Amino acid sequence: MADASSTAAGGRRSRFYDWLCQRFPIEAFARSQLLEYYAPKNFNFWYYFGVLALVVLVLQIVTGIFLTMNYKPSEAEAFGSVEYIMRDVSWGWLIRYLHSTGASAFFIVIYLHMYRALLYGSLKAPRELVWIFGMLIYAALMAEAFFGYVLPWGNMSYWGAQVIVSLFGAIPGIGEPLVEWIRGDYSISDITLNRFFALHVVALPLVLILLVVAHLVALREVGSNNPDGIEIKKTTDRNGKPLDGIAFHPYYTYKDLVGVGLFLILFAMVVFFAPTFGGLFIEPPNFEPANPLNTPEHIAPVWYFTPYYAILRAVPDKLTGAVLMGAAVLLFFFLPWLDRTKVKSIRYRGLSYKIALALFTVSFVALGWLGLQPAEGTYVLLARIFALIYFLFFLAMPFYTGKFEKTKPEPERVTSHA
Amino acid sequence: MHKLNFARTALLALALAASAASASTGGGGAVWETWKADNDIRSTASLQRGARNFVNYCLGCHSLQYMRYNRIAQDLGMTEEQVLANLMFSGQRAFDPVLSPMPNKDAESWFGRAPPDLSLIARSRGPDYLFQFLKTFYVDDSRAASTGVNNLRLEGASMPHVLADLQGLQKAVFHVERHTEKADDGREVVTQVKVFDHFEQLRPGKLSPAEYDEFVRDTVNFLDYVGEPTRVQRENLGIWVIGFLLVFTGFAYALKLEIWKDVR
Repeated sequence: MADASSTAAGGRRSRFYDWLCQRFPIEAFARSQLLEYYAPKNFNFWYYFGVLALVVLVLQIVTGIFLTMNYKPSEAEAFGSVEYIMRDVSWGWLIRYLHSTGASAFFIVIYLHMYRALLYGSLKAPRELVWIFGMLIYAALMAEAFFGYVLPWGNMSYWGAQVIVSLFGAIPGIGEPLVEWIRGDYSISDITLNRFFALHVVALPLVLILLVVAHLVALREVGSNNPDGIEIKKTTDRNGKPLDGIAFHPYYTYKDLVGVGLFLILFAMVVFFAPTFGGLFIEPPNFEPANPLNTPEHIAPVWYFTPYYAILRAVPDKLTGAVLMGAAVLLFFFLPWLDRTKVKSIRYRGLSYKIALALFTVSFVALGWLGLQPAEGTYVLLARIFALIYFLFFLAMPFYTGKFEKTKPEPERVTSHA
Repeated sequence: MHKLNFARTALLALALAASAASASTGGGGAVWETWKADNDIRSTASLQRGARNFVNYCLGCHSLQYMRYNRIAQDLGMTEEQVLANLMFSGQRAFDPVLSPMPNKDAESWFGRAPPDLSLIARSRGPDYLFQFLKTFYVDDSRAASTGVNNLRLEGASMPHVLADLQGLQKAVFHVERHTEKADDGREVVTQVKVFDHFEQLRPGKLSPAEYDEFVRDTVNFLDYVGEPTRVQRENLGIWVIGFLLVFTGFAYALKLEIWKDVR
């Protein structure tokens, strides 16, 4: 049908396509990454969050570009320029809400994406590097979100930055000079705002994109895990195609379209009907301009940092608190080796891991809630208990996984199909 | 030993002072959750009345620096001529922001601090807070109240009761509650807390209490609108966007089912 005897237009197009293919590996790329890249056929909804993270990344970059066109990174003008975007710039309010909601959506999606790895053992061999690159993305994303949060120059932006940056001051010896070096001034100021802007719009987006590429390259090399946690590459047909694998395109491209649609419905509900999300995504004190003389009643970071903030405040000593906070993030990197399991998926894992994961889930959510409460009385006690469970999940993992874990036998082939 | 006792007494005194302060700022008797503004941002008539109230009673001191007159005209269904005639001082242009004629320097020397800009006050404090604030000025002859009135929502407010003419003047009646708390060392500490009980009208105003509530509600409604002038547009557009996405996702799902037919 599409041979040489087709229309003139078609002929021209195919000649152009040939010309292109001789100079650029477009066809080889499409084959290796889409048409002949085989993914397990039993993905469930947990496998949407990867593509959703990519969608949100693109959304943040595009809306970010338009915000940058109208935003002024200076102490005197930053706050006013955000209001200018909200009121005077055509569709500025929509672009700003897409960006501010996108920041929170990014973390929701990333947290669920990471949780999927904990459920199905996607971080175990041979996917350790996929996990490490992913964790680097998470770390870069936290920095990106922090710098971005400072830019509107509201009072919570200012005091949040003050608190977080001052944490580095707890390092003995070099602490104070280091903090001064980060701020470029004796307090959070115009200079700090300028450099945070540079890091937010240039440096970290570049790092993020590079890391995302590395994450995907590593993933394509080893192939996706699946809810059964078994390798589909073990059972192949004569041509080497996995029997339980289906081509990424068209199967998963079209399936992901449904996932993206469902996500966008929820996302639009927030953007159009609850953009501040009850003060969680945009906090009320941030509608007052930064004021070094007026501290907000409770300084709390945005919700996605609150689990770590709760750990920080649970410790009376500032340095120990900051170290534990850092450790709480860092420990994730070691998960592929801390987990000694013989089977990957939660479907076949023993009771010990299931209980540990449940306790960890409760602790993480509880710490997130506690980070939003004032650090007093029962709240501090609860934060200590949950922080202990949080760390035990990691540190005791070599003991409750592996030899002592009573696992069920894995199936030979994937069990469910979509 | 002696020192320790002194420290304890000082702490107790501090606790007393702190709890008294928190009571009079509203921690006590008034159940704020029930004091709702219940304003309707879609009521153009209410917004127009609120704009008039703002210009007559607030703009003398407070600006809306992020709000332009012509935007108000457009959103509140008025012509620029109507806005010019009813809301603006002479010498201003339609695209000018709503700025108070009072110089900040003078304001600071008269009131102790410059009156804050109110463009975003409804977003940082919420309409309910504003509603409560404007309703709870009460006569206070103590030194803490430099203007002769105090406010249940903002202890020691430097703002005079500019609406006294409309609301009249009221007296706040407090009662004392005793709170027993366990201190860290296990001893019981009794604190006396001043709790708001009710208001007594001292002098009636031009408006009845119900009319005054409406006046405040309209004004708060206008400030709520000013906080985010695009809100009505945002919500109206949202319906269409979500409607489209539902249809899109429906088609995407049908397409997915078709594509996946041969996967077993």
